[in-house]
Amino acid sequence: MVPLSWYLVLAAFVFSCGLYGALVRRNAIAVLMGIELMLNGVNINLVAFWRYGDIIDKATQQVVRLDGQIFALFVIAVAAAEAAVGLALIISIYRNRKTVSLDQMDLLKG
Amino acid sequence: MTLSVLFFVLIGAISLAAAVGVVSSNHPVHSALFLLAHFGTLAILYITLEAQFLAAIQVIIYAGGIVILILFVIMLIGSEKIVNQAEHRTWTPYVGFALGIVLLGGLAISLLQGFTGVEPNAALLQGGSPQAVGLELFTRYILPFELAAVLLLVALLGALLLARRPKLKIEEQ
Repeated sequence: MVPLSWYLVLAAFVFSCGLYGALVRRNAIAVLMGIELMLNGVNINLVAFWRYGDIIDKATQQVVRLDGQIFALFVIAVAAAEAAVGLALIISIYRNRKTVSLDQMDLLKG
Repeated sequence: MTLSVLFFVLIGAISLAAAVGVVSSNHPVHSALFLLAHFGTLAILYITLEAQFLAAIQVIIYAGGIVILILFVIMLIGSEKIVNQAEHRTWTPYVGFALGIVLLGGLAISLLQGFTGVEPNAALLQGGSPQAVGLELFTRYILPFELAAVLLLVALLGALLLARRPKLKIEEQ
């Protein structure tokens, strides 16, 4: 069986990739994709810890908790909401300023 | 090296390559397609972790919903404009890359040292089925579930409001 730490290192790599994309890319859609990558790295962690965790009811010997999976489901729901609102914001900004570059979105700069 | 380890290494390598492709390709459509490949491999990894319902959800929502939405927006705006308008500052990619490597190295060292000898839980083999997840979701987690429904509704209304075409003010002129 695959060791738990391998899943965690994979998740760390995906999270680092997403962080790099969110910090370095100048294009708003690419930044959004970086954020999605980070959320997915977190999801791998949650599911791996759920699978390798010890959450068995000692009395009945049955599974009582699915915390990791439920958390991952809620992360997916929040990611869907975030993607919808983020892309709507990008469309709205593009309509007003004709750009999706984060460097040119400087309306609030004094 | 058993078959499951070999399978994990293969799928993990594809997943990592796709993740690197997402952040490194200049063309946004290529990034989105790499993101699709990455989500697909993650669904396979969820199946290896016995989370079958989550794997299906990953494919349906991420691959079928979010990536398609991103592709729609890229095509609405026009990918040429996005590529042309992307400015390249000289030093930020290198600093970001170095900091990312430092973060990854620190995390990997601590993770590889910290979790040795943890075995998967044999009693959780049926825990990833839709029945088990649904039972848990509608009993113990019913309040967060309803709150997520409200969140999605608000996000839907907000997205509609933000992306709506502004009214033309012809009568005032």
